[in-house]
Amino acid sequence: MKILVCISNVPDTTTKIKFAEGNTSIDTTGIQWVINPWDELSLTRALELKDDATSGVKSVTVIHVGPAASEPTIRKALAIGADDAIRVDAISSDAWFVAAQIAEVVKKEQFDVIMCGIESSDYNGSIVGGMISEFLGIPSVSAVSSLKFENGQPLMVREIDGGKEIVTVPVPFVAVVQKGIAKEPRIAAMRGIMMARSKPVKLVEPVAIDPLTEVVEFEKPTPRAACKFVDADNPSQLLDLLQNEAKVI
Amino acid sequence: MSVLVFTENWDGKFKKLSFELVSYASGVGKMLNLSVTAVSIGKVDEGELMKLGNYGANKIISVNNEKLAVLDNQAYANVISEISKKENASVIIISNNNTGKAIAPRLSVHLRAGVGSGVSKLPLSLNPFTVYKRTYSGNAFAHLVIKSDVKILTLAQNSFDVVETPGNATIENLNPEVDGTLLKTVVKDIHKQSGKILLTDADIVVSGGRGMKSPDNWPPLVELATLLGAATACSRPVSDEGWRPHEEHTGQTGKIIAPNLYIAVGISGATQHLAGISSSKFIVAINNDKDAPIFEAAQYGIVGDAMKVLPKLVEAVKEIRK
Ligand SMILES: Cc1cc2nc3c(=O)[nH]c(=O)nc-3n(C[C@H](O)[C@H](O)[C@H](O)COP(=O)(O)OP(=O)(O)OC[C@H]3O[C@@H](n4cnc5c(N)ncnc54)[C@H](O)[C@@H]3O)c2cc1C
Repeated sequence: MKILVCISNVPDTTTKIKFAEGNTSIDTTGIQWVINPWDELSLTRALELKDDATSGVKSVTVIHVGPAASEPTIRKALAIGADDAIRVDAISSDAWFVAAQIAEVVKKEQFDVIMCGIESSDYNGSIVGGMISEFLGIPSVSAVSSLKFENGQPLMVREIDGGKEIVTVPVPFVAVVQKGIAKEPRIAAMRGIMMARSKPVKLVEPVAIDPLTEVVEFEKPTPRAACKFVDADNPSQLLDLLQNEAKVI
Repeated sequence: MSVLVFTENWDGKFKKLSFELVSYASGVGKMLNLSVTAVSIGKVDEGELMKLGNYGANKIISVNNEKLAVLDNQAYANVISEISKKENASVIIISNNNTGKAIAPRLSVHLRAGVGSGVSKLPLSLNPFTVYKRTYSGNAFAHLVIKSDVKILTLAQNSFDVVETPGNATIENLNPEVDGTLLKTVVKDIHKQSGKILLTDADIVVSGGRGMKSPDNWPPLVELATLLGAATACSRPVSDEGWRPHEEHTGQTGKIIAPNLYIAVGISGATQHLAGISSSKFIVAINNDKDAPIFEAAQYGIVGDAMKVLPKLVEAVKEIRK
């Protein structure tokens, strides 16, 4: 069984987001780029499955759609333990474009499981995984918080509103993963970092696809009013504000 | 042409989320001068379906087919896609909840429709078609232009007011052909959370962080939540430690919620936590450190020891509820 883990490159989650070029793009100066937190967990789970001889998982490949500048993110994934990587050499203009590129790669190279994070922490789109599955005409399971294999059959827990379902689908399939898929992201060890240097990164030319969406402007969230402090000994004052000013209780 | 809205049901019932979606669809319909068609899949009785008419649905298509009892993303997307084509839908509205996230992207490929996900306002302009969506986990909002003929918008929960628009809706019952070969999802077991207010549905949420010190200290927080009709939540370290169930974890890597009131107790207000709660209409912080970043996000604050403040707050609520 071969797993493909889709990874996206995002600003570190503590980054103070600033805009550039008349608010049409993000100011990238000084930004620390990291693997999208969900993708890091998804990679971790894929590697755990590979470590478990009974799972039947033989290899873990990561794929990224992005320019050469995002190579360090790919190396990091290899250092964490992925066997090899594929980079589609293109600027990832929107979810449609990225999903179409990944689907093209999967059409040529066989993978049994394609794992995607439930959202990227930059565009918060939650769409790439589902799109890949539909481009390929294969099943997808969304909001997956657990993935394992029993006799070659995938067993997943998916979160539904107000509960959980244990589901299975035939391979190949796309698993869109979320909290719970792995406990802590795996960290690269020194040996992994050394080994990553010699692991193969296959470069793929993009296919011609027009994006369907475009961000034309960014804005900051509406600033909130300054905090009103209430005396700790007099919480009824807080309730008064919540009832009569905010009108929320 | 029309605006199509997919309204999920829960054991045959709709909830506030459904009415938000239809209200939003009706708003988009007015902007475009188009009628609104709601699509419901599963057994929902006529009285319940008619409720959608109170929020602006002109037509309600009720799909009943045993084969659709289980959510199979591929099969659902197929059915909604067929209906969208038949109804000549130019904008399709779906919730940004788990079901919506499962269906919207597949539908997008079917219809070659660009997706604006997690929108929280009516479109900013029609030409070009521009929507307002959350990005960078709430640290920025984007104006996103959707260039395709058909557009799919997924609406952030609790971001749009429910608006009653009295009108007459017609119901059309539909039993479409369902391609059996597409039904690949098999549900082996279901665990439902019962009797609890769902975190994502709650108007009020009371949440505890590491400042609560120990799982044994939760009773007054839970009592406060019960008195306020609120759901309970927590920060990530709290669920990681197993002090509270994982379903309660809010933030970047947990649930993203937007209640009317979020009460953060002993939570420092890390960016990753705020990423899950910053769309709350009001935030109250209770923290013994007056410099905790949570106070920058909060409108109301109490600087004090949670163990002392919570019991007093509980008493005060009991007093006003008398
Ligand atoms: C990639 C990534 C993703 C993350 N995702 C999330 C996420 O989804 N959700 C999340 O919550 N975190 C997330 N985190 C972790 C986040 O960075 C913080 O570590 C976490 O939110 C802190 O939780 P806390 O506020 O409960 O604890 P702390 O930061 O330890 O804060 C405890 C607070 O309690 C106060 N306190 C202490 N004693 C008392 C008392 N007696 N009375 C009142 N107040 C008291 C302290 O002053 C302090 O402000 C993530 C981190 C990373 C790197």
